[in-house]
Amino acid sequence: MIPAPFDYEVAESAEHAIALLGEREDAKLLAGGHSLLPAMKLRLARPSVLVDIGRLAELSYVRDEGEYVAIGALTRHRDVHHDPLLQEHCPVVSFAAGTIGDPQVRHRGTIGGTLAYGDPASDLPAVMLALDAELVVRGQGGERMVPASEFFTGVFQTAIASAEMLVEVRVPKRAAAGWSYTKMTRRAQDWATVAVAAIVERTNGAVGKASIGLTNMGATPLRASAAEDALAGGATIAEAAALIPDGTDPSTDYAASADFRRHLAKVLGRRALEEAVAR
Amino acid sequence: MAVIETRETFVGTSVKRREDASFLTGRATFIDNLTLPGTVYMAVVRCPYPHARIASVNLDAARAAEGVVAAFSGADLAEDWKGSLPCAWAVTEDIKMPPHFPLAVEEARHQGDGVAVVIAESRALAKDAAELVEVDYEALDATADVERALEDGAPLVHADLGTNECYVWKLETDGVQAALDAADVVVTRRYVQPRLIPNAMEPRGVLAQVGPTGEATIWSSTQVPHILRFALQIVLGIPEAKIRVIAPDVGGGFGSKLDVYAEEALVIALAKRLGRPVKWTEERSENYVATIHGRDTVHELTFAATKDGKITVVKSEAKCAMGAYLQLVTPGIPLLGAWIYNGPYDIPNYSVTFTGVFTHTTPTDAYRGAGRPEATYVLERTMDALAAELGIDPIELRRRNFITEYPAELASGLTIDSGDYHASLDRLLELLDLDSIRSEQTARREGGDTKLLGVGFSTYNEMCGLAPSRILGAIRYAVGGWDSATIRVQPLGSVQVVTGTSPHGQGHETSWSQIVGDQLGVALADIEVLHGDTAVSQLGMDTYGSRSLAVGGVALVHASAKIVDKARQIVSHQLEVSADDLEFADGTFRVKGSPEREMTIQAAAFQAHSAHNLPDGMEPGLEATATYDPPNFSWPGGAHAAVVEVDTETGDTRLVRYVAVDDVGAAVNPMIVEGQVHGGITQGIAAALWEEAVYDEDANLLTTTMTTYLVPTAAELPSFETDLTETRSPTNPLGVKGVGETGTIASAPAVINAVVDALSHLGVTDMQMPATPERVWRAIQEVKA
Repeated sequence: MIPAPFDYEVAESAEHAIALLGEREDAKLLAGGHSLLPAMKLRLARPSVLVDIGRLAELSYVRDEGEYVAIGALTRHRDVHHDPLLQEHCPVVSFAAGTIGDPQVRHRGTIGGTLAYGDPASDLPAVMLALDAELVVRGQGGERMVPASEFFTGVFQTAIASAEMLVEVRVPKRAAAGWSYTKMTRRAQDWATVAVAAIVERTNGAVGKASIGLTNMGATPLRASAAEDALAGGATIAEAAALIPDGTDPSTDYAASADFRRHLAKVLGRRALEEAVAR
Repeated sequence: MAVIETRETFVGTSVKRREDASFLTGRATFIDNLTLPGTVYMAVVRCPYPHARIASVNLDAARAAEGVVAAFSGADLAEDWKGSLPCAWAVTEDIKMPPHFPLAVEEARHQGDGVAVVIAESRALAKDAAELVEVDYEALDATADVERALEDGAPLVHADLGTNECYVWKLETDGVQAALDAADVVVTRRYVQPRLIPNAMEPRGVLAQVGPTGEATIWSSTQVPHILRFALQIVLGIPEAKIRVIAPDVGGGFGSKLDVYAEEALVIALAKRLGRPVKWTEERSENYVATIHGRDTVHELTFAATKDGKITVVKSEAKCAMGAYLQLVTPGIPLLGAWIYNGPYDIPNYSVTFTGVFTHTTPTDAYRGAGRPEATYVLERTMDALAAELGIDPIELRRRNFITEYPAELASGLTIDSGDYHASLDRLLELLDLDSIRSEQTARREGGDTKLLGVGFSTYNEMCGLAPSRILGAIRYAVGGWDSATIRVQPLGSVQVVTGTSPHGQGHETSWSQIVGDQLGVALADIEVLHGDTAVSQLGMDTYGSRSLAVGGVALVHASAKIVDKARQIVSHQLEVSADDLEFADGTFRVKGSPEREMTIQAAAFQAHSAHNLPDGMEPGLEATATYDPPNFSWPGGAHAAVVEVDTETGDTRLVRYVAVDDVGAAVNPMIVEGQVHGGITQGIAAALWEEAVYDEDANLLTTTMTTYLVPTAAELPSFETDLTETRSPTNPLGVKGVGETGTIASAPAVINAVVDALSHLGVTDMQMPATPERVWRAIQEVKA
């Protein structure tokens, strides 16, 4: 419960934060702190300096940008959950944000924090993957855009370089699509044992095209490509759901064995697709 | 003087808890809030291996670190210990009781076993420096499995013993085998009960100061300040009379603080060596390896019965994990259930055997219910199994076997003073509406629903109110089971109550005020309850085993009677009437037939202290002490039902309803009783559905934090439906029985019985606790295959 010694800096701006990050290789950004601080208290994470970006109000926003909705990296889960723009245009994002952790976590935790942490058991990474969201990463040389499909590179690893920070998430408007985020947890506050994000284009009440994101089925959030292809080729939901575990590599831990996770992915995937079609 | 509220008695009323004003406004005094001038802080270096030889300990780097005052290895402190950390319960004559010193010297025997300490100017600096201690460990083979530990060639926890078997304890009546042979039906089932980690909201903490003449004061987050005091003499050699133990506000215990721990001896030894106060506050993840665990048993339970369901034999054989060492009452925990393997049922033939087993794990000890949840679980699960075997409804089978006449002499040798198990079950069924649950269950099954309903029952009793001292002696427990109360009426009439019990969340200050308020006829606001300091409360046996009210509460009544007797003599003298002619009610003595001639107990107290006009030979003051040794255990009981919904595709199991009807005797404060019932039920349900300390094959603990050891929250639980039936205990004048553990004892089997019931039509007959989604799903797959 007592972290190893560390220095603490307060960033005055995103540029300041990036400059501070550049000063020490093992610097960490502190946003909501609900993943980083517990890891530090267990001494599993030992950054030599924390750069606190929690006061950068200019990074907390949800904006209509025409084709997409832009979400500032410092936007809290609670605000994502309740945002009317997201509820209208990207309802799966606001819904999934409302299922993260518990109320305290949702009031402190940020969308940028949960994506940049790269935990495959977190909810929003799989949702962003399913939505083909884009992530705006800023460094000393300026900004670059990283598609969600290239952002998550391993367990707790992302495409963000040291001295870079995630500043914005761009989510395509998909108001017409059916959607679901179907999750199983042991307790309400727990990370997903398995969860499935499904975004479905409907043709005459059936699935036309679907994108399926998987939470906690491998080292990163994953797309269920085989199931997506099957649906595009006219397979039924049940047929496609059976293919969801293809290409996944889930872990065995306190909540479930790898085999059971593969089974759950099929069941939850079928339910997610059925709900998405109906919604 | 405050006015007495308009009511007949305080007892039986839901008086609001006086403790909560400080708890709810952040003004409670927990150990970590206490600091003395010059305090230094201890960190304990703990073995990361389940079993290791300690080749060397190098403290140089730690000693050189910022803020470090001192650092010691186990060998450095070996001379400080005059005795082993005590185990007070040698359950058999030939029990193996290996020594257990506050720090390991040559060999560490479980993850978390302390091997060195670092003392620094702050807690954080101590923790940082502890990382610099270099211990050269040679890892050894280990096992956390009670069955494997008994096999030939198993890694030994204490090699010099030549075995991991700690003891075998047996209680058997004559004729068990003959009754088994003669039975129409015999049912045997095997049960694994998970190891549980108690999670008190406040982890442990200790602060100690040793004065220039060797007098030691220790503040500890403990349930047992009095037991701790004499244990510290055994370990440290400091005379008990020079030790003061203070248990300030204690944030929960559930049995885990009914113990004497290494850190309590360490901080005193270090305070003495360093001449400065020494403090230690446990971290939560440290708590998971350094504070005792509970349960961890493998049972085989056999019922023999006639074909119409009369049970003739109960026979239990259990292997019970001790862990790596024997803590204060580790070996005795199974015995606390040993006399209730018949439960509320009349079973004439009785056989209970426990094998205590050392494993390379954190020691086990008392955890809420202590032995009785283990017994009740195997009994109530097998009750359902027997019902299925005989084709008799499980409720009807229970009714056919209920004890109905009291006092009921049990085959095990004890006597149940009172109860009415049919009444509790009747009320439960009224509240439950079983017919509609069954019809919904049937509709879902027939409709092919993937979410099935199940309903499970548990009718239970327990023995608590620990305990008649003679019986404790007979079963080789080292100390007595009495408790004490001192009542002191101050000169102006307010009342100090000193209790030997040591509350840690139970609300004794409120309930004890209610009892004394009734006995003396004084207002609650005029009563102050003192506890938890051996300098204030000289006599006491502390709080555990649902004993405080049934023993310490009764002592209050006896001490009050002495106060009233003395006050009566004073009033008799002052009013010049015979003591027999005085009536005492609502705090006032009145002359029979002349009620205008009266004197209040407060006025008598003033006379007692002024001593101007007392009867010849009477000592001044109005104070009395009573110690009460209960003549019997107390025997709560009741009937619980759980309704669960099981998702057959995912195994996800949710509790839909929970109904509990308990008979705890008279309820002094029904609100506090309800709170105890809710908390107790939650801890039993937790074991049934979520909590499980998991070790791997090499005895590494895998569930090391609250992320993986799943303590449920309100979000997982329905609102419980609770009610009470009441049969007053004839054993004590309050008619009370105890309520602290009932919910935990009753609830786990009700939930698992409900899970099995939900899946019974598929052929599922068993489910291991906790019923995780994967276990449930696999059970369904197995019967499908």
